[in-house]
Amino acid sequence: MDVPRLFILNETIRNLYFHVCMWFGMMILFGTSFVYSIKYLRGFSLRNDIFAHQFAAVGSFFGILGYATGTIWANYTWVSDQSQSLGSILKEPKLIGAAIALLIYGAYFVLRGSFTDMDKKARVSAVYNIFAFAMLFPSIWIIPRLVGSLHPGAPGSESGNPALNFNDIDSRLRMIFYPAVIGWTLLGVWIATLKIRLQLIKDKTLFHD
Amino acid sequence: MTKILSKLLMLFGCLLCSTVLSAQDNQPQMADLMRSNGKIYVVVAVCLTILIGLFVYVFVIDRKISRLEKNKD
Repeated sequence: MDVPRLFILNETIRNLYFHVCMWFGMMILFGTSFVYSIKYLRGFSLRNDIFAHQFAAVGSFFGILGYATGTIWANYTWVSDQSQSLGSILKEPKLIGAAIALLIYGAYFVLRGSFTDMDKKARVSAVYNIFAFAMLFPSIWIIPRLVGSLHPGAPGSESGNPALNFNDIDSRLRMIFYPAVIGWTLLGVWIATLKIRLQLIKDKTLFHD
Repeated sequence: MTKILSKLLMLFGCLLCSTVLSAQDNQPQMADLMRSNGKIYVVVAVCLTILIGLFVYVFVIDRKISRLEKNKD
């Protein structure tokens, strides 16, 4: 497939199908986790808590992959080819925001692990999960777009959301990008359901003992 | 031993030559493999990161399932 010919980016624009899809998948998985947390708080069924936990786990995993791929991509586009200093990379609001969001979700698992009582664990972590999802949007999407950023979508580039803006993303890229988002997300959902089934079996044996 | 040393010297010589040659360009070029063919190897690296990450993650889940199966018996 042909891709748009761009300076600095060159062929790395193809990372759109991987790096960006990871974050999209992460958002959808965290969103699902958020919905199950609310469902748990409505009926206090432990089944919903397991769903919320495992979707958040796979979501964080996708986030870590997105972060790792982002560092590789940034290394060859921002650091040397755009002659950005390490200081400006470290000040990059998108990186800091993404790190904060992932750390907030990291704290979710720490919180879960620190409870011995199952019901209390489920209840507190469901409330915390709602908070974490609420923090996800400002730290990843809103703050990097208010302040200057090297990442596409910053005020300097005047493009809003570069992945969803129909004037900004090339139609040749879109043809692969949107199916890729669906594909990666479904892969994440599949892994999450495997983990959920595993956890359900584990809990069943726990209750029978 | 001397053979290895001479080979190493030759390698360093080649490296020196390549840096001198690339210094003649307008901008310094580094990590040449990653920048060859329009930086396509950056895409390869990203791909491999995701694949290795996924394999490790699924492998960990697989181990958990095996442990559960062992406990069942």
